[in-house]
Amino acid sequence: MSEPSPSMAAEVPRDPREASADTSAPAIHTVTARETGWTAAIRDRLEHRLPLRELLPTRQPSYVGSWVYVFGVVTIAALVWVVLSGTVLALMGSAWWHISSLGRFFNSLHFWSVQMFFIFMVLHLWGMYWGAGWRDGRAKTWMVGVVIFLVSIVTAFTGYLVQQNFDSQWIAVNAKDAINSTGLGGFFNVLNFGQMYGLHVMLFPIGVTLLVVLHIVQVRGRGVVRPIGDPYRPEPRSGETEA
Amino acid sequence: MDAPATYFHWGFILISLPNLVLILVMILLFVAALLLPLPGHRDRAASRGEGDDE
Repeated sequence: MSEPSPSMAAEVPRDPREASADTSAPAIHTVTARETGWTAAIRDRLEHRLPLRELLPTRQPSYVGSWVYVFGVVTIAALVWVVLSGTVLALMGSAWWHISSLGRFFNSLHFWSVQMFFIFMVLHLWGMYWGAGWRDGRAKTWMVGVVIFLVSIVTAFTGYLVQQNFDSQWIAVNAKDAINSTGLGGFFNVLNFGQMYGLHVMLFPIGVTLLVVLHIVQVRGRGVVRPIGDPYRPEPRSGETEA
Repeated sequence: MDAPATYFHWGFILISLPNLVLILVMILLFVAALLLPLPGHRDRAASRGEGDDE
């Protein structure tokens, strides 16, 4: 890292306590020089692209007042229930979810919240597809959504494989031929319960959750896409005035 | 639950009754979401005298 310029060294105390001890030194809040380094660069970029006003808005454009825009939120709500019920199942184990009535309830809760997750994710996908949700610089948001959809399918597939019943065995025995035909059988062995269980309760849920968080941040970064036919005009960022 | 599902077979299309019902319900839900107003939204927009922007 390069040495700070003499002017920077004069303005920025190395330790804030030094500034308070020496009354002749300027207070740290008076620093006007642009800081360098990757930490400051990431902070400045986040402050510019994702101010809290954009991340946690209290008002939305009027066109957001439609049931179509509810599908994405319901998908997230279903994902919360999937994770919560799955956490309980992972803590208690397969004997519990097969034998006890409460275990069967949580097993069903996990299963049906997954059904809700997929149903509303597909409805959200339809809405964004026919509404061309990738317009006005939102292509990456659309692509991350597609990746979430694909990863979710694999996650659900591993879930079917780790039910520990005859159904999961039947699915695994049939699926092994399909997976082997793709050449992935050596890395993704559907007959290996430990591998499928580890993927299902750790790697894939973390991946889906992180991707969903990224997807939400992307949506908040650019706002909800305008309906087709609505004239596009760039919306002013926080601190800017509309021309 | 243990009995096999009823299947429909039209040419190259083969689909079970539960899957067909689910797809039809999803289509109905999507059309309803397009047509039905969100409760309270029109009232708030009218009271603000807004109709175009946030």
